[in-house]
Amino acid sequence: MYTPHTERDIAQMLEKIGVGSLDDLLQVPDAVKLRADLDVVPALPEYQLARRLSRIAAKNTAVDAISFLGAGAYRHYAPPAIGALAMRGEFLTAYTPYQAEVSQGYLQAIYEWQTYICLLTGMDIANASVYDGATALAEGAIMALNANGRKKVLVSRAVDPNYRAVLKTYCDGLDVAIDEVPVAADGSTDQDALRSALAGGDYAAVAVQTPNFFGVIDALSPESAEAAKASGTVPIAVVSEALSLAALATPASWGAQIVVGEAQSFGVAQAYGGPYVGFIASTNEHMRRIPGRLVGKSVDNRDQIAYVLTLQAREQHIRRERATSNICTNQAHCALIATIYLALMGKTGLRDVAGLNLERSRELATAVSSVEGCDLRFDGPFFNEFVVNVHQPAETVLAKLRERNILGGVALGRAYPEYADSILMNATELTTTSDIAALAAALKEVVNVAARV
Amino acid sequence: MSLHASEALIFEIGEEGRANAYVETAKPLDTFLPKALLRDDLPLPDNTELDVVRHFTRLSQRTFGIDLGFYPLGSCTMKYNPRVNDQMANLPGFRDLHPYAPDEMAQGALQVMYELERSLASLFGMAAFSLNPSAGAHAELAALLIAKKYFKDNGQAVRDKVIVPDTAHGTNPASAAMCGFKVISIPSDARGRVDVELLKKAVGPDTAVCMMTNPNTLGLFEDHVHEITAAVHAAGGLMYYDGANGNAIMGNVRPGDMGFDLMHLNTHKTFTIPHGGGGAGHGPVGVAAHLVDYLPTPVVRAVPKDGADPKLAPSDRLTFTLDFDRPKSIGPMRSFWSNFAHAVRALAYIYANGAEGLTKVSQLAVLNANYIRVGIRDVLETPYDEICRHEFVASAQELKKLTGVRALDIAKALLDKGYMAPTMYFPLIVPECLMIEPTETESKETLDVFIAALRDIIATAKSDPQKIMDAPVNTVVGRVDETRAARQPDLRWRPAATN
Repeated sequence: MYTPHTERDIAQMLEKIGVGSLDDLLQVPDAVKLRADLDVVPALPEYQLARRLSRIAAKNTAVDAISFLGAGAYRHYAPPAIGALAMRGEFLTAYTPYQAEVSQGYLQAIYEWQTYICLLTGMDIANASVYDGATALAEGAIMALNANGRKKVLVSRAVDPNYRAVLKTYCDGLDVAIDEVPVAADGSTDQDALRSALAGGDYAAVAVQTPNFFGVIDALSPESAEAAKASGTVPIAVVSEALSLAALATPASWGAQIVVGEAQSFGVAQAYGGPYVGFIASTNEHMRRIPGRLVGKSVDNRDQIAYVLTLQAREQHIRRERATSNICTNQAHCALIATIYLALMGKTGLRDVAGLNLERSRELATAVSSVEGCDLRFDGPFFNEFVVNVHQPAETVLAKLRERNILGGVALGRAYPEYADSILMNATELTTTSDIAALAAALKEVVNVAARV
Repeated sequence: MSLHASEALIFEIGEEGRANAYVETAKPLDTFLPKALLRDDLPLPDNTELDVVRHFTRLSQRTFGIDLGFYPLGSCTMKYNPRVNDQMANLPGFRDLHPYAPDEMAQGALQVMYELERSLASLFGMAAFSLNPSAGAHAELAALLIAKKYFKDNGQAVRDKVIVPDTAHGTNPASAAMCGFKVISIPSDARGRVDVELLKKAVGPDTAVCMMTNPNTLGLFEDHVHEITAAVHAAGGLMYYDGANGNAIMGNVRPGDMGFDLMHLNTHKTFTIPHGGGGAGHGPVGVAAHLVDYLPTPVVRAVPKDGADPKLAPSDRLTFTLDFDRPKSIGPMRSFWSNFAHAVRALAYIYANGAEGLTKVSQLAVLNANYIRVGIRDVLETPYDEICRHEFVASAQELKKLTGVRALDIAKALLDKGYMAPTMYFPLIVPECLMIEPTETESKETLDVFIAALRDIIATAKSDPQKIMDAPVNTVVGRVDETRAARQPDLRWRPAATN
């Protein structure tokens, strides 16, 4: 129970309080008393608890398979130093750093995180984190809605379907409508359609992901950026593979005013989907609309450099129903992990990891497209994942690969019925030449060329 | 290096090319992509692993956590975080599992989610829980979205008012606003409870939801809660339970039995998940039977496994799937299914305690809070002087009149003595408020020494108030200029060339 109380302690404390028993402390009206026996998992001593959960963990056989799964959660190398530092009790068991005098270390780490996100995205400011990439998009859209008072947002259909679904959940609450821009033949956002949608001038924001859900490097074209500017629409860049920021032109370079994304790639475990770490960065003009916590640099009463939570008048504990967001707890510890990862990797290491992702994913693309019946669906340039058309139900091909202990990628059919014959495949620095050879050999066996439609 | 010297920023140390050999050297990036698609530079520092380890170790030494000392932060439930929970979350079968792992190869993860959901449902008297939301405020938003969709589906979209007591957490009205609801605040009565008569007058055909926490943020049990739930239900509204104070009731009284239709839990408070300096949290949202179809997607489904050994534990005889096909659902609250690593931690904690242990946990949390309350009430006002639950509020208003010393000063003086400060100036209805929550994991000795420290601070405030107003002096920095931080925002480091 992790409780220190002896019977003697309890008796002495009850006496001091002036009540006879623990039950006396917990009196409630009869009308609300417990109406059923509690049915929870049984109490176990610690060694048995560890044994039981280890047995349950062993049922997750996917961790032993050769995997090409990506699509918003990525397998990257995380140096052991990250865990050794992040799991220090001072970091792990701290609360939100409201008391600056005893939280300088964490506050400085968050200031460093904010700086890393600014340097990677090309933005002026970044917040202390939000829940994940999808909620970052929703919160970024709310920033734009608050900036120009419009009630519609425009989103590329090449944005991660999970992100678009979460955006819809949030927009349903706010009675905000969402329209989608179609995908062009090369797998990027259809810029002509985007421009004609913007012409009406009624969208608060336009969101484009890069690399997009299909792995294709995407952006607003210069003409589209001009159209966004002319119509007063806030361009939002979405980044779900943060590693790409180490290699690709920054979203700032094509006119994004808000950059939202997911930094799981920076040392955060896959952990079946969470916790991860969303980021929101923006130009200075949106500073007072950014949600959540911000750390600022100031001085103390001894004239020393000191960090402190700042611009709190935006937040729910001060502003209540007029706050920029309801967010309170964010993802500080995952942001700390990402900050340590970036510090360890540095410019040189991060560029190497990005380069290896480019190289291995191209090796994978070459190997897979050499299999008869498999070809790349899109020819737009990609970062570390791409879409393979197998010309038959993708689910069937993936099921047969699973029998060979290979997770061949993510079937697109659930989110894109028109691509039910296609698989999103990912390679990272951890993908080996023999993994790639195994997949290619298996595809040769399982892709039924005769079934080609 | 002295702990008092400042620590340079990571950007101010290092040298380009001082790389660690974590991966192979890659070919130039323009081997793979045209230069036009690439960034020109990447202005990040290169540091050796040793320098990085020293930097973050020093930063940790400038940070106060539960592992360093008593953390009586009201409303935050800063209890001990057992290390076995972290070890379980870090098992390779959990840690390295991709969220798109096929269901049949992720049965263990789904079993964890199922066991946790079912245990929480029983403990809090709800029909079902979803582990989808990422934190308490996120779960509040999910619950209010459920209410909004429920009323819309039932032709009652006119219900656009959310009632919150004036003692509510700030996230309650902020979450309501994110669903387009209008917020009506109900004052507390002289006993520190929701004024039931005023509430009954406020309830009507436009009431969507009434949000409450019980015990409330004054640490007092809302003993008319059944009248409130009856009144709101009679008007056709829904009752929402803010589970931030779940540590006070766990196993002893259940929101479902009190009449609540919706609730959330902060498992990072009640179920020992470490706060990690402000997250990640974990905010399961629970519902009564009539709202189950509205839970966020996906939900875990369980069916009996063919030919399972009947001697196995009940959940070992089931097969699990993630169900995305939920037409009435509000949709997903976040990209993937849950802050899963935290679900492992919360479940490990339930295994460590069982139902009986969890029931004792909340009893001892209440015992500890009352022990501090009676230990300081002769030196600091306790405006609601009765048996409290897991926390209580004290007020420095009289002390301030007498000496000029404020709640803030007392809090800062506690930092000097090696304690985290209590929550201050919340709830808003108590002037010069200090909100103290000790949790059940602290021993009587720890509480005795803390009481003595607080009494000593009050005594000093009376004899030498300036000394308290100057606190803290033993910390690495003194009081920070917050006005300057807000007026001249410096939110990031910039490379020298672009300054």
